[in-house]
Amino acid sequence: MASAFNEPLNIGQVVDVEPVKRKTGGGGSTPTTPADGKLPSVVDPAGEPVRTGVWVGLATVGMMFAAFTSAAIVRQGAADDWHHIVLPNILYVNTLVLIISSITLEISRRKVLAYAKGENPSQIIPIAWLGATFALGLVFVEGQIVAWSQLKAQGVYLATSPTSSFFYVMTVIHALHVSGGLGGLIRVMVKTGGHVFTLRRSTLDGTAYYWHFMGALWIYLLVLLRLKF
Amino acid sequence: MSDVDSTHAVAHHAPPQGFIRKHIFSLDHKVIGLQYYGLGLVAVFIAIFLSWLMRIHLVWPNSRIPGLHLLSSAGAPGDVMTPEYYLSILTMHGTLMVFFVLTNAPFAAFGNYFLPIQIGAEDMAFPRFNMMSFWTTFVAFCVLISAFFIPDGPPISGWTAYAPLSAVGGAAGPGLAYGQTLWAISIGIFCIASLLGALNFIATTLDLRAKGMTMMRMPLCTWAWFITSCIALLAFAVLLPACVLLCLDRLAGTSFFISSGLVINDQVLPHSGGSTLLWQHMFWFFGHPEVYIAILPAAGIVSHILINSLRRPLLSHKVVIGSMLAIAFLSYVVWGHHMFISGMNPFSSLAFSFPTLIITIPATILTLIWVGSIYGSRLRITSASLFALGFISLFVSGGVSGFFLAQPSIDIYLHATYFVVGHFHLVMGVAAVFGIFAGTYFWFPKMTGHMMNETLGKIHFWGTFIGAYCIFMPFHYLGMIGNVRRYSTFVDDYLQPYLGVHKFITFAALTTGAFQLIFLVNLIYSRFKGPKAPVNPWECTSLEWTVPSPPPWDNFGGVHPVVYHDPYQYGIESSTGDYVMQTDPANIVVERDEK
Repeated sequence: MASAFNEPLNIGQVVDVEPVKRKTGGGGSTPTTPADGKLPSVVDPAGEPVRTGVWVGLATVGMMFAAFTSAAIVRQGAADDWHHIVLPNILYVNTLVLIISSITLEISRRKVLAYAKGENPSQIIPIAWLGATFALGLVFVEGQIVAWSQLKAQGVYLATSPTSSFFYVMTVIHALHVSGGLGGLIRVMVKTGGHVFTLRRSTLDGTAYYWHFMGALWIYLLVLLRLKF
Repeated sequence: MSDVDSTHAVAHHAPPQGFIRKHIFSLDHKVIGLQYYGLGLVAVFIAIFLSWLMRIHLVWPNSRIPGLHLLSSAGAPGDVMTPEYYLSILTMHGTLMVFFVLTNAPFAAFGNYFLPIQIGAEDMAFPRFNMMSFWTTFVAFCVLISAFFIPDGPPISGWTAYAPLSAVGGAAGPGLAYGQTLWAISIGIFCIASLLGALNFIATTLDLRAKGMTMMRMPLCTWAWFITSCIALLAFAVLLPACVLLCLDRLAGTSFFISSGLVINDQVLPHSGGSTLLWQHMFWFFGHPEVYIAILPAAGIVSHILINSLRRPLLSHKVVIGSMLAIAFLSYVVWGHHMFISGMNPFSSLAFSFPTLIITIPATILTLIWVGSIYGSRLRITSASLFALGFISLFVSGGVSGFFLAQPSIDIYLHATYFVVGHFHLVMGVAAVFGIFAGTYFWFPKMTGHMMNETLGKIHFWGTFIGAYCIFMPFHYLGMIGNVRRYSTFVDDYLQPYLGVHKFITFAALTTGAFQLIFLVNLIYSRFKGPKAPVNPWECTSLEWTVPSPPPWDNFGGVHPVVYHDPYQYGIESSTGDYVMQTDPANIVVERDEK
């Protein structure tokens, strides 16, 4: 038997080796070697786990909110106590803030890439744009807290009605996820602004995908809250 | 900028230093796999002990069980178990088995240990998440077990925690105050841990495969872990919100699952309009895929072992993968078959019955491929292959009763009886446990560097195999005569003639449980005194058998393996015997029998 620890081949390399024979067809396993006696190309399937991880994580978050939505629809039909609540106007301002933060993050991404490629020697510009995104994110979370306070002032609490219950649950869990995104932005800023530039492209892209997803998720929630609540 | 480095199988962490980093808070997927296995082992022995208590109480309800009052003075005054405490033990048995044994061991334990090695990676994609995943699971376990040690005791609402019983609080009975809250928090934490684990499995499988390791060259158990992680990703993402809503109903006065006008102990509850069916929908949307989270990894492990023992591939590698994918997809559209008697619309029952019958098709295909591949082969009989065969037997025996339960008209009669207990214990519980045993006997040499004792392994197999049938087959007959489940004693006249059957089952349960001590002794003794294991004792072809036993911290000793073949190149004339390793660049020419 050849050594189990083979040195890596170049992608697409073809090797000539002495054939060994299978006694019978056995089962349905596909023959791995073509009739010309050449080994097939060795394909490198390696990908980027951070990017995949973010997408998979977002699928989970999406599924979680799909579950909350389904639960709200079932609960609405379960009894006649589904009373509409008036959404605080600050939610619309918060929405605008989150949309702008997605735009600033996209600008940040371009600035970081320009800095990484050496097109722009200054660290300050990408850090400033990332900082602006972070600040807008903080404003959004703060705005959500104000919205909850306004509802509380109107006497609308978590257990007041099924609508208020779902409103608080979904908006709080969304705000927690946005806070996680803020943590991601801090990580990107630290890796960009440190003495040594250690940021991976996948970390930058993953953070951006996550942030944009939170924006899209919030718009979905706002539409749902506006129509159903 | 250090742009994305897409080289495969990169080392994700430095060699571990110190005892704590090596054995406790380790980033090494192999150590984490063993930690999951150890946790599963603790959980399964607690669960077996609880099942003994249940079986003894069922046939001798007024007998004293010495020392039981130490577990709960209120639940067992004078060492005699109360009916409520029986339900508490039933709940804990089910919860421990489903979450901490059947989910942990075949999926998290073996998957963690072997998935990265089988695809040629040096570790999981996110080792820190991996460590967090295990320790979060451990916290969930501690929170659940702590319910035994509070005055309230564990909850009495079963592992399914049906609302409104699980939501209304302490007024409804023992264990429903703090015990039920601990249950909901524990399962919520478990969901987070499982989601982290699933994310890791998916990213690792998709992105860290070695050169040449195409998806179709992955061993069947790797496929099974990958598909299971996809199922878990969506299933636990629904159970987690359900647990959040349950906690809010219990602690914050919301009304998600508690209907209005509910009177408990002459008190009208202040809740309004909640839907008890909503809990069932959310729970079973997780609960049915959970069946496959337990069984698919076991099916993958069994396939892997069976092929090795048969010394030839299964009839079709692709069809096995396709069947597992079909089962995974269909598992999301059949949850309502757990709710035929819940009062939901009868048309819904029909809609859930149809895909439930459809899901038997890929399951049957899997079985036929296993059995068809065995036909005419020269099977190597080892403890691992015996447990693999046992798995198939139990999967078929338990699965056949599923055909009956899939039809609402029959399920309405059988649902609340022991027929269902027999069905799910065989097809999901014991079958998956046989997969765990098969995996243990097969991979123990790789995990520890020592061989297990085969004689003890075979004694363990026959005791467990015969015992499992003695326990769970009579359940079906008891169910058919209408023996209700969840009752702590059987005082109805029509059940009196069948108490002898229950006694037989209790003796079988005690004996079969005792046989597990043989396994435990074998496990511990072999770990320290077993003969030294060679690198590839079973002459297997996959990558884990190319590395030393146990593997070094980075799996491949700094070398990046390259894969040239499908995973199961057996029945071949080669210099090594009748197989070619996946990493062997030997050229295989297939001479098929044209007859």
